[in-house]
Amino acid sequence: MQSQMSIYPDQASNFAPQVDALMIFITGICLFFAVAVTVAIIYFFFKYRRTHAGEIGKAIHGDMRLEAAWIVVPLMLSLCMFGWGAVVYVNFRVAPKDTLDIYVVGKQWMFKAQQPNGLREINELHVPVGRDVRLILGSEDVIHDFFVPAFRVKMDVMPGRYNTMWFRPTKAGRYHFFCAQYCGTNHAKMGGWVTVMEAPEYAAWLSGSTGSELSPVAAGEKLFTEKACVTCHISDGTGRAPSLNGVYGANVLLSDGSTVAADDAYIRESILNPAAKVVARYQPIMPTFQGQLTEEQILSLTSYIKSLQSQPVPAKGYGMAPAAAAAAGKK
Amino acid sequence: MSSQTLPITHEMPREHYLNATYGIRSWLLTTDHKRIALLYLASVTFFFFIGGLFATMIRIHLLTPAGFLVTPETYNKLFTMHGVAMIFFFLIPSIPAVLGNFLVPMMIGAKDLAYPKINLLSWYIYLIGGGFVLYSFSTGGLDTGWTFYTPLSSVYSNSAVTPAVIGIFINGFSSILTGLNFIVTIHTMRAPGLTWFRLPLFVWAQYATSIIFILGTPVIAITLLLVGLERMFHLGFFNPALGGDPILFQHLFWFYSHPAVYIMILPAMGVVSEIIPTFARKPIFGYTFIAGSSIAIAVIGFVVWAHHMFLTGESVYAALAFSLLSYLVAIPSAVKVFNWTATLYKGSVSYDTPMLYALGFIGLFLIGGLTGLFLACLGLDIHIHDTYFVIAHFHYIMVGGAVMGYVGGLHFWWPKITGKLYPEFLARIAAMVLFVGFNLTFFPQFILGYLGMPRRYHMYPPEFQVLNVMSTAGASILALGYLLPMIYLTWSMRYGKVAGPNPWPATGLEWQTTSPPPTENFDVTPVVDWEPYDFDHRPDLGLTAGAGELAPSHGDD
Repeated sequence: MQSQMSIYPDQASNFAPQVDALMIFITGICLFFAVAVTVAIIYFFFKYRRTHAGEIGKAIHGDMRLEAAWIVVPLMLSLCMFGWGAVVYVNFRVAPKDTLDIYVVGKQWMFKAQQPNGLREINELHVPVGRDVRLILGSEDVIHDFFVPAFRVKMDVMPGRYNTMWFRPTKAGRYHFFCAQYCGTNHAKMGGWVTVMEAPEYAAWLSGSTGSELSPVAAGEKLFTEKACVTCHISDGTGRAPSLNGVYGANVLLSDGSTVAADDAYIRESILNPAAKVVARYQPIMPTFQGQLTEEQILSLTSYIKSLQSQPVPAKGYGMAPAAAAAAGKK
Repeated sequence: MSSQTLPITHEMPREHYLNATYGIRSWLLTTDHKRIALLYLASVTFFFFIGGLFATMIRIHLLTPAGFLVTPETYNKLFTMHGVAMIFFFLIPSIPAVLGNFLVPMMIGAKDLAYPKINLLSWYIYLIGGGFVLYSFSTGGLDTGWTFYTPLSSVYSNSAVTPAVIGIFINGFSSILTGLNFIVTIHTMRAPGLTWFRLPLFVWAQYATSIIFILGTPVIAITLLLVGLERMFHLGFFNPALGGDPILFQHLFWFYSHPAVYIMILPAMGVVSEIIPTFARKPIFGYTFIAGSSIAIAVIGFVVWAHHMFLTGESVYAALAFSLLSYLVAIPSAVKVFNWTATLYKGSVSYDTPMLYALGFIGLFLIGGLTGLFLACLGLDIHIHDTYFVIAHFHYIMVGGAVMGYVGGLHFWWPKITGKLYPEFLARIAAMVLFVGFNLTFFPQFILGYLGMPRRYHMYPPEFQVLNVMSTAGASILALGYLLPMIYLTWSMRYGKVAGPNPWPATGLEWQTTSPPPTENFDVTPVVDWEPYDFDHRPDLGLTAGAGELAPSHGDD
């Protein structure tokens, strides 16, 4: 990366060869048309150049077969480009199961990351080779974008909602990451380095520097008590609010009869705007925590609620749709 | 082989629109579409100059990785004000309001636009909008990016956002009224015999552009007004902390701003469709396909906007739909390029300056259009979105395409507008300088983008320096390419040779009257009984009919 100039970026993730292959494919098609048209223009330009002042060209008004050909052939090639690109994109947008989840919060003008064990980093990100890594992205203020050129991946970091992106690092090393969405004065300084380590080194790095940081789950549990969530969301289902055991990832039955999947976004919304989606059989009495929690605290609470996924669901006092509750109960 | 045409010395007509009345009032209160076109010419040139100045400072600043000219705050203002000045106050009005205003009535054999007073009003609205924007520029500047993404623009920016969005809101009415005027004029004021499929392709392009003006502009105007309201009164439209949705802003913004690209490029395509048959001296190949593709671009162009948002977290299904539609809009553009190329076949091709611009346009538009296929590709966009690849792509379209078309069109119709010829040799040199300078400036940026340099960076890692220096070097050549025409075109107004009514010669109605034309355009309303670009049946042009077929072959070329 530090060489004077390369015309090809490093390939350091599973997506890099996929994106580069697409690049070569589309470049090939485009080069063919660009060269064909350019050669035709230059050839006609000289071959049919005007030889005396009064000369006029031969009146040719068109040719339907040619028109059909240069509509159909580009259309077919376009569909190929679309299809191949769609496959890569869907793969990128739909993360595999069992990922290493790292929370990343953007704020003017830094990225803060938190490893699963609670280790925090600023403008640095450490990830192991060969593991599917998922970044859960949130923003404290404006829109940012987390971009790792060597991985060929980027995703906007939005205020008010979570985006996720995933990749599998394939080559150890240090690679730039940038903020790619213009976010104000020091946008260009908002970036840092991704360090890709061999798995044992990553494990050693994680355990060697945990320090006194609480893991997100532990921090979330502490917040759950401090913010008095626990007084209503009693785990045995006897509180004024539903028990949160088993709720993460399940379908929740709402007071209007519809159901919603309890993912990170739903939990975030329920903390900040509790009246938006009220669980069936419960009153909309929860106060909003808008402005009282940082994005990182919300992420910690989410992690804690996620950790309750495996806890036993009480017989009553839960928020899930009956079928989902039954399924969760069996676990 | 001796030429049949004798050298003719032309004289300026005794009375024409430029000298019909005198004094500043006769210009500021004129309802003559030709004079209004010149008012626009002066004002868009002013904004082009301002935008160009900002661009120059940007390129100088980026010579070193740390950036050595300005502070980060100032740099952010430079690229924002460059974008706002160039897009809203130069590119969008350039061809429609200058060349369109001048030519649409003349090309259809009319005396003026349908609503001459509204036409003047459009210009004043443009001036008022421009005034607000200049006020924003000079009282703190604007640092939101021309895209005004929320909540940066509506909450976090400390710059003069409110006057800028008010200025763009007001300016929108100018576009809407111009579009309305053109549509009504084209529908109701065509000369006898001028059927829809005899219209010059420039008029078709203006018609398609006017549709976008009318349908798209209200959306951007209201959206930016909402940004202003959120900023001033803390109404939660786009700020998530107030229950708003920043993605909603992007949908509304791009619903106009993507079609706005077609507002810039369609009229340029119209210009090229006039120039190529004129200088190949034969009918354009596939007239209906070129005309129809303008309408197709205008219509499909309205349903591709969310391809700017593939990585905002929008639904995967939405992304798939918008990617597919973006590929579809590429087809009518390709159709145009193939038809222009085919028009040269068996033509009588000359090297005149407008032709050099038209062919330069095809070359640059080809690269700009084809790189659009890279960005429309979902998988590839993950990497190149928001990098210099995008910057290079849209400059190839907007500058390589739209500005080449505009400058080429100015050269083509300059003899009609002023009655004078510019120095041909110098003009050819300038066209080539522009072409070379443009490529040197922007081609390296494709590579920069693929290497991963994000856009809107006031500093960058050192490995990107070589390409940035190349780009800045190219920009200095490009600047020369713009300055030359400004100088010699101005010079020619006074000292140029008298052009005569139809110097090229060309087939359109605008060439049937004197240069410069009288205020009423035509002494008698013309009657059209010929097909467009038909050189074979136009003895009035003074060319040897059928010479193309009789001319000796040039197999030894």
